[in-house]
Amino acid sequence: MRKTFLAAVLAGTLGIFYSALVMAETATIAVAANFTKTIEKVGEQFSKETGHSVKFSFGPTGKLYAQIKNGAPFDAFFGADERRPLKTVEDGLGIKQSYFVYAQGQIALYSAQYPVKEQPLEVLKQAKFNHLAIANPRTAPYGERAQAFLKSKGLYDGVKKKLVNGESIAHAFQYVATGNAPIGFVALSQLVDPQSPVYQKGQYWIVPQQEYAPIKQGALILKRGENNAAVKAFMAFIKTPRALEIIHSYGYSTP
Amino acid sequence: MVEIFGVEVSLEPIWLTLEVAAWTTTILLVIGTPLAWWMARMQSSSKIVLEALVALPLVLPPTVLGFYLLIILNPNGYVTEFLRFFGYEGQLTFTKQGLIVGSVFYSLPFAVQPLMHAFEAVPQKLLDAAATLRAGILDRFFSIVLPLSQRGFLVAATLTFAHTVGEFGVVLMLGGNVPGETRMVSIDIFDHVESLEYDQAHILSAMMLIFSLLVLMLVYGINRRFGVKVG
Repeated sequence: MRKTFLAAVLAGTLGIFYSALVMAETATIAVAANFTKTIEKVGEQFSKETGHSVKFSFGPTGKLYAQIKNGAPFDAFFGADERRPLKTVEDGLGIKQSYFVYAQGQIALYSAQYPVKEQPLEVLKQAKFNHLAIANPRTAPYGERAQAFLKSKGLYDGVKKKLVNGESIAHAFQYVATGNAPIGFVALSQLVDPQSPVYQKGQYWIVPQQEYAPIKQGALILKRGENNAAVKAFMAFIKTPRALEIIHSYGYSTP
Repeated sequence: MVEIFGVEVSLEPIWLTLEVAAWTTTILLVIGTPLAWWMARMQSSSKIVLEALVALPLVLPPTVLGFYLLIILNPNGYVTEFLRFFGYEGQLTFTKQGLIVGSVFYSLPFAVQPLMHAFEAVPQKLLDAAATLRAGILDRFFSIVLPLSQRGFLVAATLTFAHTVGEFGVVLMLGGNVPGETRMVSIDIFDHVESLEYDQAHILSAMMLIFSLLVLMLVYGINRRFGVKVG
């Protein structure tokens, strides 16, 4: 008697699990570190509305790319630029048709000390600070654009010796937020987030969008996630007005 | 820039790494020797606390150490304020000096532990005998402790050096990746991988691999050679 009861419970439980598995799937998505907060919010909303779950793996884009190339179990890839997501297509790992630009990053010059809001170029020109933090131009698109901006304004040589490079835009931000660098080029998304340690502290200047090539952040579905319903649903969800609203609220623009 | 197997590689990070490692090793041997001696002769139970403190960098993620150092060493922090008192005008984060300070913390157990074990193995009887022969403290140290602890010193120096060369987390957090100042080999490799320059990453990684293997073989060789004498 007890055995049949147990069997029935077991069958029932398995049944529930099974139906859940059929209807809701899990997607594992690799995401560029700068988009961490934003996509977590989007993911929460997504799970609430669809019942699918998403797991995110955050890291520097190049590292994520290297992992994907070496067989990491990701279903989709959200990069910090266009180059590396598209490179997965070349490698036969990314699905080209699924590619789209999901966000455009905006650069801001932040300082707790200098009047960057009123006279950003003057502050950079005088270069009275010891250190100017930027993301590493070699590896991070935000850094590359910040460097190009400085060069185009003829300010680069004046601050060159004072540059300290964060490995990512998050890292550059950390240098400024901890007071080690008094001024730095960061992502607007890091300043407008109410949870940011410098939220409404200090001042910032948004570098006008026409001053630098847009930081297009590209995403695509990877071969591994080709038949994953959750990934497809997520890629559709992130283009909906509700998702876009979240993305904009974190200081990103969308094309 | 030199060409190795047809790939352009900058040697600057390598020289910088060796320089930071050499300074760290020197400083740690100087600070580590009295500390290790004191700990080796300690009888009270507070030794446990000290041992645990020294071993902390072994178990702490380097990012934790780096993060704390970044906050503690910041230009408005207590440490810098304290140094200002002595006329120091620079900044520790983002500089070579800062990296050396970080490395001293990071590699501390690798210097202190082998030294402490070597000192513990020095028989108290010998020291007492020397003392009865009126040998002063320094004399006893140089003519008894030092020769008996050769292995400990060699192991401490090699491990400290090698461990500093292989440092990543602390340098990443504290350094700011400034060429010629804080861009060490591990960071350079990281950057090459990030920017998909896998050829350069391969060459530097292979160099690190061979170097580490050689150093470890050296350490085990030392252990073997002196193994009988001490401990």
